[in-house]
Amino acid sequence: MENIVSHHTDHHEEHEAHESIKIDGFWLFLVSDVLLFGALFATFIVLRTHYAEGPTSQDLFDVKEFTIETFVLLTSSFTSGLATLEMNKGHVKSLITWLIVTALLGATFVGFEIHEFSGMVSEGYKMSTSAFLSGFFTLVGTHGCHVSLGLIWMIGLIIQVARRGFTPVTERKLSIISLYWHFLDAVWIFIFTVVYLIGVM
Amino acid sequence: MEPKFKISHFFIHGDPLILGADVSIGIATVMIIFVLTYFKKWKWLWKEWLTTVDHKKIGIMYVIAALLMLFRGGVDALLMRTQLALPNLKVLLSEHYNEIFTTHGTIMILFMAMPLIFAMMNIVIPLQIGARDVAYPFLNAISFWLFFFGAMLLNLSFVIGGSPNAGWVGYPPLSELQFNPGPGENFYVLAIQISGIGSLATGINFLVTILKMRTKGMRLMDMPLFTWSVLATSILIIAAFPVITVTMLLLFLDRFAGAHFFTMTHGGDPMMYINLFWIWGHPEVYIVILPAFGIFSEVTSVFSKKVTFGYTSMVVSMMLISFYAYFTWVHHFFTMGAGAGVNTFFAVSTMIIAIPTGVKVFNWLLTMYQGRIRLTEPMLWTIAFIPCFAIGGATGVMLSIAPADYQYHNSYFLIAHFHQVLIGGTVFGMFAGLTYWWPKMFGFKLNETLGRWAFWLWNIGFYACFMPQYALGFMGMTRRIYTYGWDMGWAPLNLISSIGAVIMGIAFLFQVWEIAYSVKYGERDTTGDPWDGHTLEWSLPSPAPKYNFAVLPEVHGRDAWWKTKEAKERGDYEEKKQELEPIHYPKNSGIPFILSVFFFIAGFGFTFEWVWMGALGLLGVAICLIVRSFQYDTDYYISVDEIKETEAALRGEV
Ligand code: HEM
Ligand SMILES: [Cu+2]
Repeated sequence: MENIVSHHTDHHEEHEAHESIKIDGFWLFLVSDVLLFGALFATFIVLRTHYAEGPTSQDLFDVKEFTIETFVLLTSSFTSGLATLEMNKGHVKSLITWLIVTALLGATFVGFEIHEFSGMVSEGYKMSTSAFLSGFFTLVGTHGCHVSLGLIWMIGLIIQVARRGFTPVTERKLSIISLYWHFLDAVWIFIFTVVYLIGVM
Repeated sequence: MEPKFKISHFFIHGDPLILGADVSIGIATVMIIFVLTYFKKWKWLWKEWLTTVDHKKIGIMYVIAALLMLFRGGVDALLMRTQLALPNLKVLLSEHYNEIFTTHGTIMILFMAMPLIFAMMNIVIPLQIGARDVAYPFLNAISFWLFFFGAMLLNLSFVIGGSPNAGWVGYPPLSELQFNPGPGENFYVLAIQISGIGSLATGINFLVTILKMRTKGMRLMDMPLFTWSVLATSILIIAAFPVITVTMLLLFLDRFAGAHFFTMTHGGDPMMYINLFWIWGHPEVYIVILPAFGIFSEVTSVFSKKVTFGYTSMVVSMMLISFYAYFTWVHHFFTMGAGAGVNTFFAVSTMIIAIPTGVKVFNWLLTMYQGRIRLTEPMLWTIAFIPCFAIGGATGVMLSIAPADYQYHNSYFLIAHFHQVLIGGTVFGMFAGLTYWWPKMFGFKLNETLGRWAFWLWNIGFYACFMPQYALGFMGMTRRIYTYGWDMGWAPLNLISSIGAVIMGIAFLFQVWEIAYSVKYGERDTTGDPWDGHTLEWSLPSPAPKYNFAVLPEVHGRDAWWKTKEAKERGDYEEKKQELEPIHYPKNSGIPFILSVFFFIAGFGFTFEWVWMGALGLLGVAICLIVRSFQYDTDYYISVDEIKETEAALRGEV
């Protein structure tokens, strides 16, 4: 026991090193996720005009809806940035507030997407309608799943931070989720451009 | 949704082979349960193995699982070779033959070659770079269990529901629902998916480990070449595995949700699958060969008692290979008809890969040149590899000549090519690695005499089996045919080929014997350095204690352990007396195992399209992750006293 106490500072450093190494790994995970989306984009681009008997992208996309959707997600990225700033300042309460705002915006985004998808399905435009729609639902849906998982994760983190405050571990987790959130934002910009903008042009 | 599959799809009737498998699996299970219960080993199994996060133990579990899979894949191979030994045989019927070559290929690449490589990585890398574990020990355990349950899922298909039958490449439209309505292809997709997540995590884990956890003083260009090869492989894994994840997801959506990615109707495009598959698939063949290259470099250097010739060019070639590996995928389907421009590009890029590979071969030869060569078992495998790979590389270059490939493609010539590089390269490489590091893993050497028997039988069997197949390819025999007539003139060469396969089967039995014999009678390794090694893992006792290094070593330059030994001999080695400190160590955890069981349940559910079961499994996975996220008490400190005791017991000194 004595040993452990006398080495306390060392352990603290060791711990920080341990936490920073987890962030390195997360960057690599993001690289692999970029490639995952890359493959989905490639597939979508190959199939995007394969409408078969189904509707075209002009028939389907509602400019107003997807613009608002985009706006909501971009704002959530901004608020998640604000949360990180609060973390750096050491303000637990305002960090939690901004995280809750971020999560609510994220949930709104997912709501929009569900609304869009269910609208299409109710008109009979499904994954099985055409290769284009298979590609569309899968690419956009994969992003939506990422956001939804991020939401669950974020709620878990809010609870952890509320209980424990800032420790090397919670700070590391907060940095990781904000990385993740910004990353999803960046992916959406590409979806917005490649799927929606080019689609309605 | 109305489930497509009912309980009646579950058990396959009317095939004596499958009945036999059912019975033997049943008996084996009962026996395992009995033995564990009788010897009261359940707790031991759980505490020491199923929940371990120690890279060395995880490595050993990979070895065991991979050797079992080698056996299963080998039985598949022997069944196929029996069927093809003579014309018009009826050992296997066509449908069954299709299933067997599909599971054979899938198992050998994904559940034999990959885990053997992961085994070597796990056992060696932390020891070689002077680290106490990998970067993420918990994740490492998850990787193993995902691989394990992925493999179990695929193997289950043989007795439940029916095996996939569209080849290890699973090309649509044959793998689509329209032509493959049973659950077989679902098994294939989900098994690859589950184990693939594990492989990706392993890639990330080892890349970070190598980049961030090297001991003091070890620069990148001081790393042993095996470590370099794993670095290259990890990069390839991270670059390639997301693509197979997507490919399998899309195929699954086609089958499960009626999507039209790769179907023949509604605008689907089967060639898209083939492109995606090989964007992963070609890097994958290099993922399984590069670590073998690394092993050969270690072995040639140690058993020639020389430093590796051309270290820098070795590193550069490996990095070039992993870079080019990403730009050659179209050589797997020159016949797609993408046009002369595209085919030329991919033909040239494929040929370019042969250059760094050639550089490596010359470096190995020059390392041996004028060395004091010891013909131990690892060295024998290495020496056998060189001519084998030279032929494999040469036939690869022949295949890469696009116009000529229209002739060779999907013939037995191709089959011979990739078995030559996979067996002669990867498998021989892993045998070299296993025999080389065996004492480090278990504390005893493998018996050389039995090892030599296995070695010679493998080699004779290999050439007898695959050289005739090159000729058969030229004679027009295509792959994946389940029988042929006397009029084709293929009978004599096929018979020789089958005899070769049997010889390799016998060789495998010799290896089993070799292991069993050595457990009892093998020479014990008391020094920790039975081969007079060059790298840090040989500075540790065999087997190494769980924390590996009581004090982290400081190194200067390459071949650190060799230099230390030389300094000691000259008498100018100063042992720096370093204080022991408590060691930060991860606690064991049952979550990786339980999480993977839930993945298995989900995989099984989706295979039979029982959505409730799939959802239940995924829910279990989510709960495991959440539980883990809320766990903060995940590590502990190994006390100085405990370290002292362990070291004293291992080294016989204080
Ligand atoms: C380094 C280890 C290597 C491995 C593990 C390997 C593995 C494979 C495999 C598994 C296939 C079969 C694909 C199928 O199922 O159709 C294949 C095909 C091919 N390999 Fe290799 N290969 C290796 C080296 C090489 C080299 C050095 C070259 C050329 C320089 C090469 C050129 C080719 C070509 C062109 C094909 C396609 C042939 C066809 O489909 O008709 N390979 N290889
Ligand atoms: Cu290839």
